[in-house]
Amino acid sequence: MVRLITHNLLACHVKGCTRNNFPLLFENVQIEIQESDFNPDFLRNFMPKLEWKALVDAARQLGDTSLPLEQPEMVDEEFLKALHHVLLEIHVMEGAMVCQNCKHVYPISNGIPNMLLAEHEIG
Amino acid sequence: MSRPELIAPPEIYYGDTEAQKYTANSRIQQIQADMTYRALELLNLPPDEPSFILDIGCGSGLSGEILDEQGHIWVGVDIAPSMLEVALEREVEGDLFLQDIGQGFGFRPGSFDGAISISVIQWLLNAETSHPTSSPPHRLTRFFTTLHSALKNPSRAVLQFYPSSDDQIQLITSIAQKAGFGGGIVVDYPNSKKAKKVFLCLFVGSGGAQHVPQGLDGEVPEGAGDSVKFEKRREREKRRKENGAKRKGVKDKDWILKKKELYRRRGKEHVPNDSLYTGRKRRPAF
Repeated sequence: MVRLITHNLLACHVKGCTRNNFPLLFENVQIEIQESDFNPDFLRNFMPKLEWKALVDAARQLGDTSLPLEQPEMVDEEFLKALHHVLLEIHVMEGAMVCQNCKHVYPISNGIPNMLLAEHEIG
Repeated sequence: MSRPELIAPPEIYYGDTEAQKYTANSRIQQIQADMTYRALELLNLPPDEPSFILDIGCGSGLSGEILDEQGHIWVGVDIAPSMLEVALEREVEGDLFLQDIGQGFGFRPGSFDGAISISVIQWLLNAETSHPTSSPPHRLTRFFTTLHSALKNPSRAVLQFYPSSDDQIQLITSIAQKAGFGGGIVVDYPNSKKAKKVFLCLFVGSGGAQHVPQGLDGEVPEGAGDSVKFEKRREREKRRKENGAKRKGVKDKDWILKKKELYRRRGKEHVPNDSLYTGRKRRPAF
């Protein structure tokens, strides 16, 4: 259940891979929509932490275009609803995440990404 | 008590059967729940505000359920695939990751409002191979440095663990300090063998404003940690209490009268006379 909220926080952690290691790119993904409770307070608190461009790119890659390209100054209910849907309701179930820099592939199966590294990749 | 971390690495020890057993065991559930509540208390999150929490070694999501209950959004990492499978079956709310915490996290700086970990970091103290990256100090360093950067400032991480010696506590705290954490060890019920719990309470930032909380001391409340031995009895008593029926004393008035009658018929001497006060409790004088 990789949601975009966690994808937006996830960078590659392979040894020596420190530049251009965020965001991880999705590949061959299958998504599933699962509804969850709308929590405006949480979203307001969380907004400053988001990398907006990475989020919008990831959402468009998964076929959701409800978010504007620029992070809006004004936050209204409708926008929060859209943000909630993108962040917390789109679940990536199968596929992979690939680091743009070192090309390490983190496979996702059954909704759980495999973040394990080989011995030579541990920092 | 046998130590599972000495038997096999976690991803092997918690295979399919062990993961099922672990999750279905009501005693483990109870202990995990108690420790999660205590860890949340030590985490001291702002009240009535949903936070974004990292659950390190989430297993089958026993602690995650409590985080859900409290309205937090969480991300769980664990190294045992079987445990994560059980978590999927139980349909927990958080995002799950298959990750070796000794290899470090890849989260962006300042991602989380707090982190908890229940009965996990003692697993980092065993070397599985002779490769330098699998030595306990290296793995602990990697774990604490990446955890420190993944937490926002100010925030806390509360890690409950089972140390087997003071040297282990020393090693873990010194590495945590080198990684930039403040804080220290909180021991609940230090004088009780069963209820004793060790929490590593780590702080990120806020220049000395945070101080290490006090461990719980004194009388161990009923059911804290010793919920093993008297499980059945307590359940029975609880059921009786619910039914509302007050238990009758075995030696009540009828019984005494019957016995006296029997003695008299047998011709025993000095059997006390029956009176208004037979079978009644002697109250204290004042």
